[in-house]
Amino acid sequence: MTDRHTLPVTADQEHLLEQTWRDPPGWRGWIGAINHKTIGRRFIVTAFGFFIAGGLLALLMRAQLAGPQRGLVGPDLYNQLFTMHGTTMMFLFAVPVMQAFAVYFVPLMIGARSIAFPRLNTYAYWVYLFGGWMLFAAFFLNSGPDAGWFAYPPLAGPEFGPGKRVDFWAQLITFTELSALVEAVVIITTIFKLRAPGMTLSRMPLFVWGMLITAFMVLFAMPSVMLASTALLLDRLVGTDFYNPNEGGDPLLWQHLFWFFGHPEVYLIFLPGLGFLSTILPTFARRPIVGYTAMVLALIATAFMAFGLWVHHMFATPFPELGKAFFNAMSLLIAIPTAVQIFCWIATLATGRIVWKTPLLFVLAFFFILVLGGMSGLMLGSVPLDLQVHDTYFVVAHLHYVLIGGAVFPLFGALHYWFPKITGRLMSERLGHLSFWLMFVGFNATFFPMHWLGLHGMTRRVYTYPAGLGWEGPNLLATGGAFVLALGTAVAFANAWWAWRRGVPAGDDPWGAPTLEWATASPPPAVNFPAPPVVHRRDPLWHAPEEPTHVAGLALRQREVLVTTVRDAEPDHRYRFPVPTPWPFLGAVATTVLFVGSVFTPWAVVWGAAPVAIGLTAWFWPKKDDRDAQAIALERAP
Amino acid sequence: MNPFHNPAAIRQREAAQARVRRAGIALDVSELPSFGFGHRSLMWWGTQGLMAVEGTVFALLIGAYAYIALQADRWPPTGPAPDLAWGAVHTLVALLSLWPNHRIKQRAEQLDLASVRRGMVVHSLVGAVLLAIRWAEFRHLNVGWDDDVYGSLVWLLLGLHTTHLATDVYDTWVLTALIWSRKMALRRFADVSENALYWYFVVWSWLPIWAVVYGVPRWL
Repeated sequence: MTDRHTLPVTADQEHLLEQTWRDPPGWRGWIGAINHKTIGRRFIVTAFGFFIAGGLLALLMRAQLAGPQRGLVGPDLYNQLFTMHGTTMMFLFAVPVMQAFAVYFVPLMIGARSIAFPRLNTYAYWVYLFGGWMLFAAFFLNSGPDAGWFAYPPLAGPEFGPGKRVDFWAQLITFTELSALVEAVVIITTIFKLRAPGMTLSRMPLFVWGMLITAFMVLFAMPSVMLASTALLLDRLVGTDFYNPNEGGDPLLWQHLFWFFGHPEVYLIFLPGLGFLSTILPTFARRPIVGYTAMVLALIATAFMAFGLWVHHMFATPFPELGKAFFNAMSLLIAIPTAVQIFCWIATLATGRIVWKTPLLFVLAFFFILVLGGMSGLMLGSVPLDLQVHDTYFVVAHLHYVLIGGAVFPLFGALHYWFPKITGRLMSERLGHLSFWLMFVGFNATFFPMHWLGLHGMTRRVYTYPAGLGWEGPNLLATGGAFVLALGTAVAFANAWWAWRRGVPAGDDPWGAPTLEWATASPPPAVNFPAPPVVHRRDPLWHAPEEPTHVAGLALRQREVLVTTVRDAEPDHRYRFPVPTPWPFLGAVATTVLFVGSVFTPWAVVWGAAPVAIGLTAWFWPKKDDRDAQAIALERAP
Repeated sequence: MNPFHNPAAIRQREAAQARVRRAGIALDVSELPSFGFGHRSLMWWGTQGLMAVEGTVFALLIGAYAYIALQADRWPPTGPAPDLAWGAVHTLVALLSLWPNHRIKQRAEQLDLASVRRGMVVHSLVGAVLLAIRWAEFRHLNVGWDDDVYGSLVWLLLGLHTTHLATDVYDTWVLTALIWSRKMALRRFADVSENALYWYFVVWSWLPIWAVVYGVPRWL
């Protein structure tokens, strides 16, 4: 039994496990790494990189709009700017960054040694990165998409959208949705099958619940936009007529398909944010969350209702009035499960002993900003009000209050909260407070005046406006606020950079938190848990250890994980995971060639398929590790 | 009778429990099997996820077809409906392939290498035949993808299903080559079982698409 780990794990065994599970060093690690923490780190950094890029585009827009009739940016570039800003923030930042945190933290929070399908997970990351690069390369070559982030035909169709601008947009959708769909499958399988023994569904951390439900929503929402954008690309490339009314097609079909994805998308961004809240609040209130079951049910209810809202983006189109009434009612109804959660959080805070740290501040900002965004959401959800402010800055204000309040502030809370786990070092509290207040004040100064602007008739997506309409003051305020918001963000990133270089060592569990990721070292070893934990309760680290405490008997020289049952997490079988390989990277390169090629010629789908098939075959073809004597010795039929 | 009562699953679970030993403060899992079939395996969940995604795409596309067709004055707008013959042949062969597919899945779960090897060769050939029939189907649609929206929808429906068909046939070929290669890890049997599961999806998803492509233009 020398080839299996014992309890306690000896120093020699820990060393062996590190050898077995770590990524290759040097350049081979750059393209061959598959450890979920390596990929998760890259994913998080990449997503924040796109966040900064999207933010700079927004600053350019705000600089242009600071006063009437400014000439900093012309109409053509402005169209590209708002399209690139929206596309980047929605497709390259908001959804991927949530999945990125899940890739890093879900396995740690459920006591697993790895994420499921580590190579597929790696492939999804590369596809996402290459898709983002393609979009920005097109932008810098003056081929940035310019039909808005939801690219309505006929404006985006072949007749009114000449050149390749919209094609790059449509293909970016293919890249990012492929990546997100793959990640959803990876996350669901990880959560269902790799939980530590004893972590029944009802003992799962709420962030894990949030990501599980989000992943299920991805499965059913994202195919819609992928189908829609494929049809758009076909209309533009080979002359199909899906959105062409002259040949029986219908531009409104696009709007239905887009928003059938687009509205759930809001909740794909929002539910992980709620998961961050439910993770951070109990830690800093020093008590378990109030109403765990109600919280889970509220998340599930939100997910279902999110699929019954899409027409509220289309109230200004010809749609039967009775149907509108249904969507109007659903739009108001979905506020209820969110309210249930808010009351649970308030009860948690009210009955806890609050510790004021930066992550908590960011989370508390959620209450102010998201609730305001929710209120304007109730207004927009009502047909008569919506028609009055449709396509005005009121909508811009609303969506930023919801998305930044509901997701970005909790995300920055999560960044400050988990940074010590990723790097082993603490971020500065002083800089943390400073960045929080700059961001909070800057955010409200930017977006609150936009409510007023919208109500006073300023439409969205205009590159300038004449003097004398009374819009000068609020626009100038919004621009000033945007720069303060940017400064706050910069302070937060500088804080992270400084802490990474020379921050105070954090230790395993700097916050005294209850979940399993804090039970291992910071940063965690390659294997996550030399001996996987056994769970007996919710909030396991807040209780005295119970026996059995850990799992023993997994292989030392092979990447072996323990697979458990879906509902009760009972040990089911051991499973050997694959070793690092560059094939997911090469497969993603081949996929990129196919996707980018098909922007220009439909034949790319034909000749591009061969390298993809070769790449995937080489990836799946068992290498020598499959015939390794040790691997065969570990095999045991069920 | 309880529809969720599954004696085989319960036996497997109890067998797994019996192999977990308490050793002091440790839960010793070294005696557990090294793979599993069905929902016990990771790959089954991955395959289910893919089927959920692709099933959603098919459902949405059929929805889009209905959305457009119900607004049209005539359907198909011009020209005749697709010829029935090749679509019917495809359906027949696909349905017949379910039997060998079922046997392969069963034999794989019994770790019966010789039967699985033979079955996968048959399955590979059936797949090639179906791809050839599909080629003939495209040639008898009686409409071009750029003629009108009806043509676009029909070509996309058939094209998407063909993508799945081709993917699984290719996957079957690779897997067949793999299990005929000299040494094979035991858990490849689980891969064979999942491949058979995916084939069910390819066949069952064909039936509604067949009805839409060939039936709706005739009988709407």
